[in-house]
Amino acid sequence: MTAFGFGRTDNSLLTRWWWTVDRWMLSFVFILIVAGMWLTMTASPAVADRLDLDLMHFAKRQAMFLTLGMMVIVSISVMPVLLVRRLAVIGFVGSLVLMVATLTIGPEIKGATRWLQIGTFTLQPSEFLKPFFFVTVAWLLSVEFSDKSFPGKKVAFGLFALCAFMLVRQPDFGQTVLISAVWMAQMALAGLPMMWLIFAGTVGLFGVGLGYAFLPHVTNRIDRFINPESGDTYQTDKALQAMENGGLLGQGPGSGTVKLNLPDAHTDYIYAVIGEEFGAIACVMLLILFAGIVVRGLAHLLKEEDPFKMLAASALIMQFGLQTLINVGVNLALLPSKGMTLPFVSYGGSSMLALAINVGMILALTRRNRFINPGKDPLGWKAAE
Amino acid sequence: MTDITSFQFQSVDKNVSKMDVARLRLIWAIALFSLGFMVLIGRTLELGLADPVGAVRKTVATKSGRTVIAPVQMARADIVDRNGEILATNLETSSLAVDATMIKDPKGLARKLAEIIPDVPLATFEKRLSSGKKFVWLKRKLSPAQKWKVNALGEVGLKFEREEERIYPHGRLAAHVLGYVDVDGNGLAGLEHYFDDEMKAGSSQVDIGDRTLRTSLDIRVQFALADELSAAMRAHSAVGGAGLVMDVKSGEVIAMVSLPDYDPNDIRGISKEALFNRATKGVYELGSTFKTFTFAAALDEGVVTLNDGYDATKPLRISRFLIQDDHPKARYLSVPEIFTYSSNIGTAQMALDLGTERQQEFLNNIGLLQPAPIEITEVGAPMYPTNWRKVSTMTISYGHGIAVSPLQLATGISAMVNGGRLIPATLIHQTDGVREGKQVIKPSTSRQIRQLLRMVVKKGTGSKASAIGYRVGGKTGTAEKAAAGGYNEKLLISSFVGAFPMDDPQYVVFALLDEPKGIKETHGFRGGGWTAAPVVKNVILRASPILGIAPKEEDEGLYRQIAMKIHDDKKR
Repeated sequence: MTAFGFGRTDNSLLTRWWWTVDRWMLSFVFILIVAGMWLTMTASPAVADRLDLDLMHFAKRQAMFLTLGMMVIVSISVMPVLLVRRLAVIGFVGSLVLMVATLTIGPEIKGATRWLQIGTFTLQPSEFLKPFFFVTVAWLLSVEFSDKSFPGKKVAFGLFALCAFMLVRQPDFGQTVLISAVWMAQMALAGLPMMWLIFAGTVGLFGVGLGYAFLPHVTNRIDRFINPESGDTYQTDKALQAMENGGLLGQGPGSGTVKLNLPDAHTDYIYAVIGEEFGAIACVMLLILFAGIVVRGLAHLLKEEDPFKMLAASALIMQFGLQTLINVGVNLALLPSKGMTLPFVSYGGSSMLALAINVGMILALTRRNRFINPGKDPLGWKAAE
Repeated sequence: MTDITSFQFQSVDKNVSKMDVARLRLIWAIALFSLGFMVLIGRTLELGLADPVGAVRKTVATKSGRTVIAPVQMARADIVDRNGEILATNLETSSLAVDATMIKDPKGLARKLAEIIPDVPLATFEKRLSSGKKFVWLKRKLSPAQKWKVNALGEVGLKFEREEERIYPHGRLAAHVLGYVDVDGNGLAGLEHYFDDEMKAGSSQVDIGDRTLRTSLDIRVQFALADELSAAMRAHSAVGGAGLVMDVKSGEVIAMVSLPDYDPNDIRGISKEALFNRATKGVYELGSTFKTFTFAAALDEGVVTLNDGYDATKPLRISRFLIQDDHPKARYLSVPEIFTYSSNIGTAQMALDLGTERQQEFLNNIGLLQPAPIEITEVGAPMYPTNWRKVSTMTISYGHGIAVSPLQLATGISAMVNGGRLIPATLIHQTDGVREGKQVIKPSTSRQIRQLLRMVVKKGTGSKASAIGYRVGGKTGTAEKAAAGGYNEKLLISSFVGAFPMDDPQYVVFALLDEPKGIKETHGFRGGGWTAAPVVKNVILRASPILGIAPKEEDEGLYRQIAMKIHDDKKR
């Protein structure tokens, strides 16, 4: 460690960060970023060629985004908890403003207005909304832990209703489901009574039903999932074909053939391309890496004493995990088709930077002195900060 | 102090219990996520272990029960002869294309390519390499050696596309039957054209069982016919030739030759003359072979019997035409003599007795007035006078003033000898060997025609067709070629149509020579009896062992009666 110049007696910002940060989480995310870069290089040239772009177009941009992402992760993770909270609240308000802008001035792409055009870069504000929203809600709910008079749950519900409304207006059904699920989990952790949980679950199902009834593309996708004969299941079919073609060991990097006919091979369906080129075993290893981040991250929070940190970090990790489960589930035809990216592996600037903010905040919130075990501390000392 | 402490403790307790609820519920979340990941891992492994759909190579079980890798599915069906010999198949080749956007030095690369592929001009390479297009063909269907050399250049912009090349292993043999394909594999002539849709990948037409087109040809007989015909063509300096071998019971064409021919493997620069199918598209005035039909019609209608006869002492004058005999006997001739010595005078009188209407109806019945139905598109329509006058009836009776294709003639003759059933010709293998046909003459008439045809070879103009032991019967045909405003007596169409064995006819053999010249061996003669009849004889001698027909002693009793009606003047 001294080779890095992080002496224990050194009390500078970076040194303190190095000794307190969750290094397991950090290294998992780092491995994921490196793997994601590599996988984009094999999956995206086929798509770039099809779109008549430079073969390495997506790979180059992804490299840029990933570098930027790493910088974001590190710079957010050195922040003290208070600063993270303020960043989240400001970010939440900012994202909401941008989302309103999206509805009015954003271009319509494939039937939805989710993006803002900034130069060559299309920004999707709803991606950034998610982490900021969860941290803000966590703060509201955690205040209730010490000050019972504060109506945290009511305010949180108000904010949730606002966000859900905005997302449905875009319309972005996938994000609505994701944000609802994580918000519900936060409410549950914050001690929402069982009766309410059951009620909310019912309302959630009802909401999905409403989406099915009133949003044509949702109807379409769910219909196709339940009964593949009813419509175009091209991408799902191709994804399954790619997985089967890859077998256990894969066709070898760059040797995939099904990927050539997979329109979203570099974004939503990259998992299938990995399956074809690197095989099912590599896919399982990737899943274990994701599970390592999510399950271990959540388990790590069991020792957390601070309600805000626990509610915020767990929500962020759950968002990360749910996104992974939904994306891979779609690739494996276990879930209906949904615009959800595979964290750090799928190509895409907005989702990448938003996830970098997400992970940066997780790391900032889980920093602690690992040499003082709070559970065994008779004096109730908190981790040094 | 204690109050404060106790308050603090209570508060902490309360807090701890709330955190405990959170922790408990967090454990639930962890369990759910673990379950989710387990499901994904399970599903991934399930797909990884599944058999790939649409696997590149499947295995099949052979008849003997062994499991082998299935052959590559070729785009176009094979064509085979009746014994399964491959006549047309596909070879995998590579074609060279270029992504011109990736070429940095078009000039230099063009020079290198021109060295490897000399048949494409340097300028063409330069133009295509500097075209800036993403995909341009440079050369279709390279040889393996050329492909190796191009690969050795190591130029990344060059790409190979897998293609199939149509290959005709027998080259020129049966070229007019098979036809040929263009560079993209579209059939342009012959069977390739007629069955183009059926032979292309993906279609499974009933006609083409097992993805191969089984033709009626026997390539060995085809070779015998082509060999004999081209030898005669050379010997007599003829400009062309046509030949057919046909199964009289099934209508199957065993061999079909048109000369000059071409190599379907390389159709560049082939003359129209060579592409022309004389056996089906060419229509000719075939001369005396037509007398067979006149006799059959007259005998079948009872207009004459074999015991009757006509006066042939002097040429027949009708309006401005003079009908005379090539082999004049200048006497009264019996009906068998008229046929055997090929008397135009006698035949014309017989046709007059038959009448124009019945003649027309008969020729129409045996398909001589419509294009022949056959599985190639190069079929010629017959030519005959629209105003069928008395003189037409007389000339048509001996094969002048009507032009039909050799295929039509052979089909008609088959019906005359097979018992009277008209069976349309086919190029497709018939598994049962016998096809039903319309009865056009009585079986007894057919028997008489067989006797007459046999007598022509035994005693008359067709003696050069006598293949000993094979009981050949037939009829010669010699016609002057039509030229502007009349006939050119210097140019002949000489033909011979034969059938064998005459006691139970199996095959019809036809040979035609276009503009044969007289040579020393034929004493300057160039008629069908001297030029085409020997071809038929030689083909029969060569093909019979292949077709399974054994030579045997002839039953002279079959022809005793008719032979008595023929008087050889020389012997008298």
